[in-house]
Order: sequence, then C-alpha cells, then structure tokens
Amino acid sequence: MKSHSEPVWQTAVRLGLYGGSAAVLFSLVGMVQTFQERTLISGVLTLGQAFLSLAVGLSAFAAARRVQAEGPQAVLLAGGLAGGAVGSALAVLILVIAALPDIRTVFINASPALTAILTFGQPTVVGAVLWVGLGVGLGIIAAALLLLGPAVRRTVLSALGAVLLLGLLADLLRLITEGWNLSGIGVNFTFAGLFRWMFFGKGLSIAGTLVVVAVVIGLNVLQARGVLARPKPVRVVARTRSQQIVRIGAFSVLLALMPLVLGTYMAEVLDQVFIFVLMGLGLNIVVGFAGLLDLGYVGFFAIGAYGMGILTSPELHVFNLSWWEAMPIAVGLTILAGVILGIPVLKVRGDYLAIITLGFGEIIRLLALSDALKGLTGGPQGIQLIAKPAIGGFVFNDQVRLYYLLLAGCVLVGFISVRLRDSRMGRAWMAMREDEDVAQAIGINLVTTKLLAFAAGAAFAGLAGAIFAAKIGAVYPQSFGLLISINVLALIIIGGMGSIPGVIVGALVLVGLPELLREFAEFRLLVYGIVLVVMMLYRPEGLWPEASRQRELHSEEPAPSDEIGDAPLPIKGSAS
Amino acid sequence: MPLLVARQVGKRFGGLMAVRDLDLTIEPQTIYSVIGPNGAGKTTFFNCITGFYQPDTGDILLDGQSIVAKPPDQITRLGIARTYQNIRLFANMTAIENVLVGLHPHLHTGLIGAIFRTKKVMAEEAAALAEATRLLQFVGLAGKGDFVAKNLPYGLQRRLEVGRALASRPKLLLLDEPTAGMNPREAEDMKDFIRRLRDELGITILLIEHHMRVVMGISERITVLDYGEKIAEGTPREIQTDPRVIEAYLGRGSAAQQHGLLDESASAPAAS
Repeated sequence: MKSHSEPVWQTAVRLGLYGGSAAVLFSLVGMVQTFQERTLISGVLTLGQAFLSLAVGLSAFAAARRVQAEGPQAVLLAGGLAGGAVGSALAVLILVIAALPDIRTVFINASPALTAILTFGQPTVVGAVLWVGLGVGLGIIAAALLLLGPAVRRTVLSALGAVLLLGLLADLLRLITEGWNLSGIGVNFTFAGLFRWMFFGKGLSIAGTLVVVAVVIGLNVLQARGVLARPKPVRVVARTRSQQIVRIGAFSVLLALMPLVLGTYMAEVLDQVFIFVLMGLGLNIVVGFAGLLDLGYVGFFAIGAYGMGILTSPELHVFNLSWWEAMPIAVGLTILAGVILGIPVLKVRGDYLAIITLGFGEIIRLLALSDALKGLTGGPQGIQLIAKPAIGGFVFNDQVRLYYLLLAGCVLVGFISVRLRDSRMGRAWMAMREDEDVAQAIGINLVTTKLLAFAAGAAFAGLAGAIFAAKIGAVYPQSFGLLISINVLALIIIGGMGSIPGVIVGALVLVGLPELLREFAEFRLLVYGIVLVVMMLYRPEGLWPEASRQRELHSEEPAPSDEIGDAPLPIKGSAS
Repeated sequence: MPLLVARQVGKRFGGLMAVRDLDLTIEPQTIYSVIGPNGAGKTTFFNCITGFYQPDTGDILLDGQSIVAKPPDQITRLGIARTYQNIRLFANMTAIENVLVGLHPHLHTGLIGAIFRTKKVMAEEAAALAEATRLLQFVGLAGKGDFVAKNLPYGLQRRLEVGRALASRPKLLLLDEPTAGMNPREAEDMKDFIRRLRDELGITILLIEHHMRVVMGISERITVLDYGEKIAEGTPREIQTDPRVIEAYLGRGSAAQQHGLLDESASAPAAS
C-alpha cells in the first residue's frame, strides 16, 4: 500500500532536515547552552544533550511513521536517515563555527562553549562525525520503537519521560520533601537521606535513574498483566450524586492540603496560577462565551488592583479601608469600567474590537503612570502599604494563607462561570458568538448581552487585581503591561476556548510550568510561540476543549443514532 | 385589521433602488408570497421588515403599530420571526440549544438568577426545555435535540431553523426560500409543513420562494417584484396569467405564450 508518492529517503531526509534546522536554531539562540547547565542524570546526561537527542528522536520517529506502510526495513532506513540528517545538520554547525569564528558577531551564541558542548569536548572533526553517527544510531532506535509495538513503546517513553521530569524537577522535589520525615510514626527515616541517594547535584544519580526506570517498567508490566487497572476514560455525565460528592470531597481535601505538603515555594507558584485562573475565567466569558475579542483585559486587572491600593493604603490618607471593605468597591469599579468600555464598542466587531480594547488596556496603564493622576496612583512609584485581607486575627499575609483565599476566589468564580454558562444568558452569549446578526434577529438584546459579558469578565479580573494588590502589598504601573492580556488570552486558547477546566489547564501550563522552570525564563516567549503554533496546527480546540455537553436534563430520547442520513423527512404524524 | 401593512416602502443602496414604493397588506392567518427574479428586492424587503435595514421611505406597521426604526430584537419581541435564504443556525450549538436561544425573549432569568438558580429559575428552565422539546418534535426533529446543528442533514437544518423561529412565538413568520436546494419530494413536504404552521399554529406566513409549484400551491396572495417595484399582486391564478409577470420572468415577447411559462421546474403549475 504505497499511498505517498515521495520516495522513502526523501521523506526521511526532509523530516530530518526540519528537525536539524530546529536543533541548529535552538543551539544558536543559546537554549542548548542554558540547558547544558542543567544535569538530568549526573555525569551522564545534561538537559542540553537530552534536548538535541529529542530533536533527533522526534524527527526519526515522525519519518518512520510516515513510511510505516512500506515495511520494517523502510521504517528503520527512514529513522536512520532522518536521525542522520539531524546529526549532519549539527555537524555542519560545528564545522561552520570552527571555520568561521567571526560568525559570533551575528550569532553571539555560536561560541567555543557551544562547540565544546556539541563535540562532547572532542576535537572538532571527531565531534562532527560523532554527531552523524549518533544521529543515525538514535534514529534507528527511535524507528525501532515504532516497530516494537505500543506496549514496549509506552514503557520506554514513560521511563524516559519520568527520568526527564524527575531530573528537571530535582531541585524542587528536594525543596518540597526537605521537611518531611516519618519520625512522627516512630520510623527513623528522612526523605533527605533518600534524596541524597537518588539525586546528585541538580539531577538524578545513576542509581536514582535506575530506580526510576525500574519502577516505571515495573508499573507498566503490572498494568499490562492486568494487575493494575488502566485508568478508564472519565465519563462526565451519569455519575450518581453520592459518587459526585465523594469525588468533590476528595478533591477538596487534596486542594486544601496541597500547600501544606508542597511548601511555600509551590504555594507561591500556585498563587500565581490562581491569579491567572481568575483572570482566565473572566476573559473566558468575554472571549470564550461571547466571542468578543478583548486584548486590553489587563486594564480591568489594573483597575481592581489600583482600586484596592487607593482605598486601603494609608499613604494617601484618603480612605484607609480594610481589604474586605475595599474589595466590593474595587470590584464594583471594574464592573463600571467594563460597562464604560463596553458602551462605545457595542457596534464594533472582530479585529476592530480587538484594537480598541488593546488601546483601552494601554490607556489604563498610562493613566496609572501619568503625572496628572500622581496624587491618586503614585505615578511610577505606585502605591505601597496595601492592606492584607484578614478574618478576625487571621491575616492572609503569606503565600500559604493567600493560597486559601485565592482558592476560595477561584472556586467561587468557577462556580459562577458554570452557572452562567448553563443559563439563558450563557446561551445568548454563545448565540452571539456564533452569529451576532441572527442572535439579534432571534430577539437577543445585543446591548445588554454584550455589556453583561464585559461586566462579568471585568468583575473577575477586578477580584484578581484586588487579591494581587494584597499579595504584593503594592501596585506599580509596570505590573499591568500588555503581556498580561496576551498571557491570559493565550492560556484560554491553549486550554480550549470557552472551556472552564481548560482555563485551569491553560494556567497550569502557561503560568505554573514556566514558574517552575525559572532558569529558562529567557526562552519563555520563544517556547510560548512554538507551543501556540504547534497547538493551532495540531490541536486547535485546546488541551481540554468544551465537550459537546449532553444535556443531563434530557428525559425522553435515547442516545441519538446515526441513521439520520437522507431518509424522507417525517413531517406528517410527527406532531402530537 | 391587517397584520402587516407596508406603505410606500423604499430602500436605496447608493444609486440602486433595491425596493421602490412598495405597498403591501397581509391579512392575519394567510400565506402570502413575494416572488420575482433574482435581485428583485425580495430579501431587501424582508430585511426592512425585520429591522436589519432601515427603509429610506415609507412605513411598516405591525398590528397598526410602526416597526420602522426599531432594532431587530424588539421587532422579534413584537411577533415577527424569520428564516434565512442560506441557513444561519448557531452551527456549533446543539439543536435544542438553538431552539432555547429562540425562546430567549420569553425567559426572564438574569445574571443573578442564573448564579443562585432559584426555584423560579429552575422552573422556568424546565418549562423552556419542555417547550423546546415539543417544538423540535413539531418540526420533525424529535430525538435529535443533542445533535450539533452543523452535523444535521440539510433538510433537518431547514426544519430546525423554522423551529428556532417558532420558539419566539411569532404572529408573522418570514420564510426566505425555505425549499432552496431541496428536491421536489422534499419541497412538497415543506409545502405541507408550511401549511401546517398556518393551520395548526395560526401563524401568518410571508414567503419568498422560487419553487413555483410551492408558491402557487399554498399562497393565498402573491406579490411580484421586479427591479424593486411591485408589478403585480393577486391570487395565484391572477398572477399566472398576468402579462407583466410573464414578461418580467421570461422577457419581452413571451407574453403570447402565457400558459405554463411561469413553471420553472418540470412540473405544471399546481393551481391550474
């Protein structure tokens, strides 16, 4: 079954060169060098090397899969060729850097240091040849994975994934588990000891790696034998009420214990994620439900934060309210701002709306920065000494305590989002997103429907801003740049437009993950860009798309069958 | 009292007079058709009635009350609903959601009610769902409520569009080429269906249609437009024998061959 016209070698080389170009690019922008400093397995593998190997492996695997129909030899050949092509590209890079030292004036990262990494410290030519060989070898291995079938593949890939993950997060795991010990139950066992054995420096030790691989393989084998049940796809509907309560209960306990178990640093990361979840849920109403592209969303976040600052900071000697007194006012102000923005843009659609809202976001930031309002906003100095929320004597003044406040906020806002989505107003928003003219012709008042979307979206951002201001204790204009709007929009898109769980997934991926991998922060936007492009190409609906929700309320009909084809339409007799 | 009266309605696009001085009176519970060659201004007239366009001249009265200058959503609330020449469903929503959106003007839940989901809100939603289900059944989509609209076959999409329009409980239903793209059998079914809308629901129908067999078969009165002007009005029989109509459709000189000429499709005029 030769379905494609391209010869095997051509497919392989083409895909190999894609991977090779990527590998060269990542080397030249400095990613490989930065990644090199991170050890995955101490003394054996660095993240930089793993990264380049990944380029080889992925290209080879992709090439092998394209020619799968041609038989096993073709698969291995394609894998080897593609891997070889990636290796060759890197070899050419090594030679070019060696031959043209002046290239550094253009590519500042094309340094001897990069060469040293790429050649594994060997002489230039040896390094170059080594990469070609390594490419072919790794390529064949990757292709072989395809031939060995899904069970083996899953085992190998999950082992590699586990090593990569643990190696990457070694530091973090150390931080989290440091305080743990079992002396409370009379066992003299500290996790720190286990850690010293499993991890070395910033990565796994060799022994640790072997343990991880053995555990993963063991789990996979057990699962294959049926000892461990494979996770079944979760069914969203048709869960009984008691099951639901148990689930929610377990989940709440988990969420409540999270910061206590994971420690302050993780609580801080989750706080950040939650702030973006709050904003994401708000923007999701505006963009995801109602289809109004808003690029100035940060403006509402800023108004919430500044509102909180102005109302509570003693610096200004004006209001000096407590956080709880100021919060509803700050949120009210953002709602007002949402309506004020909404009115002029009622007649504006699509691209034009995006540009106007973009301007709105910038105007808010510039107002905060301006001299004219300096008495109120503090200009570039911002506002300090913002009140912390407190209940009785309990002040939300550290990351762990704020975690609970934010968690409560997210639960509340998430609940409101779900209720709104499933209501008459949610339907009106979605109808407006689908076709504004028809929505109006069907009797939906576009003015109130749009303004309510803007107001609800703004309210959530205002709440996020109010908590953000309390968390930092100060607000500065720089905190409210355009990039925040873009981030929030991107996390909605990555998660899945209009999907509430998607917002949470999106925030974890786009805010939580970069926070954990801070040392690679300079490549954050590059990776962002790549992730967005890849997502739009291969999974445009997002990571957790809005499922075509079955209406649980439905009483009569069984699951729709697919025999609706072109059968004559049953008009007569269908009325009753 | 007539249900809808158009008086001297005119609509201009730049130099083009899309509709000129159109007078038209629709009595309650009739099936009234507007026909004419392509570009005659039929859909423009529809858009003037439903508020998509503002007529430049004249007035349109529903139950004696002017609806000119009212936005489309208000006109819908007053009792006019429509379907579209090219089906315009909310494509990514399910069939029942489409109908529920149609019920929007008759529901009252606001943001606060939606959040707290009071007993009243729940009752309203349950009633809405029951009504939507009943409407789906009426239009022949029983059991297909959970289908995403864009995945329905063409004929059912047309039905669903009618169902959505019915949800707003119109007195006057404007159907813009409801049988476009249908085979004769389906068109015949649609004809019966339109008649049922009038007979069983008491809805007045204003129809734009090219299928002459359908038009002649169900209309009580017909207005013929050409270049934005009314060139004839009357019963199907009168229209079929009107020389100006034949001229408009077939060109000058054809008037001599009067009979059967309005019959575009292979079939003979149903009214003869």
